[in-house]
Amino acid sequence: MKVDLTVNGNDVTADVEDRMLLVHFLRDVANLTATNVGCDTTSCGACTVLLDGESVKSCTVLAAQASGHEITTLEGLAHDGEMHPVQRAFHQEHGLQCGFCTPGMVMAIVSMLKENPHPTEEQVRQGLEGNLCRCTGYHNIVRAALAAADEDKVTA
Amino acid sequence: MIPVPFTYQRAGSVAEALDLAAEHGEDAKFLAGGHSLLPLMKLRLATPEVIIDLSGLRDLSYVTDQGSYVAIGALTRHHDVEHSDVLAREVPLLAHAAGQVGDPQIRHRGTIGGSIAHADPASDLPATLLTLDATLVAQGPGGSREIPVGEFFQGLFETSLEPDELLTEIQVPKPAAAGAWSFQKFTQRAIDWAIVGCSVQDGRVGLVNMGGTPLRAAAVEAALADGAGPADAAAHAAEGTSAADDIRATRVYREHLARVLVSRALTEAAARA
Repeated sequence: MKVDLTVNGNDVTADVEDRMLLVHFLRDVANLTATNVGCDTTSCGACTVLLDGESVKSCTVLAAQASGHEITTLEGLAHDGEMHPVQRAFHQEHGLQCGFCTPGMVMAIVSMLKENPHPTEEQVRQGLEGNLCRCTGYHNIVRAALAAADEDKVTA
Repeated sequence: MIPVPFTYQRAGSVAEALDLAAEHGEDAKFLAGGHSLLPLMKLRLATPEVIIDLSGLRDLSYVTDQGSYVAIGALTRHHDVEHSDVLAREVPLLAHAAGQVGDPQIRHRGTIGGSIAHADPASDLPATLLTLDATLVAQGPGGSREIPVGEFFQGLFETSLEPDELLTEIQVPKPAAAGAWSFQKFTQRAIDWAIVGCSVQDGRVGLVNMGGTPLRAAAVEAALADGAGPADAAAHAAEGTSAADDIRATRVYREHLARVLVSRALTEAAARA
């Protein structure tokens, strides 16, 4: 079937199988490979992207369901070579170890801060319930989220 | 993991969804948020030939105050139930329970109607709607009918909906003492389904994952009606249940959890009254 998505502001139209998952569409059709396939069972959050501005797990959305909607992936965050505040905060707070969960973590935090711009540490931890870090580097990820919420503290 | 091939159809209205369901019969499944059905399809435990996507039915996403009850459109997402001002005021138990489903990403997609129609006894909302004594509205080829939630859950993943019927609305009577509620859930990891859960409101007690369907803890409710305190009433929490022995917990452990969680819930609800 023909699907028509807006991905990071660009129109992406393709003929795909009805059963194609959004994460495969992003990686294999739109050639955007920041979004990782982790558990593939809606648990780990490595495939988190924004659908109409809200975090979703792209392994559990059909490309067909997303047709007509706006998707933002990690590649869509930086503008003119300037990292997004959440990306800068991950850099500053060393919010990653192996990096596999990072794209999903960043997108989940972008969505969380949009809904709750000034979360408490507990709210950040609850807001990241859907994202697993198998390096168990959670402390610095939470620090990065809190730093991004207080942008003045994030230096370039 | 990729589902077996199927044909995707997007319905533009309830009438169109019902027509598609009538056309394809038991080969078709409705898809709301997809966060119960798609995982089953990826594991190939479900292999529908036709998927009828309901996401275009925007008019089935609402929460409205109807005086004696709150009406919730079946396609209202968990996120929107969680953040509804009407529910925060009138049925805070349901707003809280919706906020305990899965994780934020799942709550951005999953819907209350999808969760109820999927009828997983381990889900938070089916048992909570039993506690709230909700009425479910379904539309089919012959019009609409109301189903008391107590008659809705027939077995594991089985409901009284016909294949050509669509759940369209959940009606939740306003509790007599809206503030005197509690919701308890025991999990190993934050996003897991409850090993056991329970909810309490107005002397009614619902149990999550204590049998093939969500259950009311009838023996606890009877003890409460006879004037028993939280601890004495909660001692009956496992009576009439048929909890599973599985990889997460033994039946005996689940029965213990039910008594502990119901006791906590009754105590918390009483403290909030």
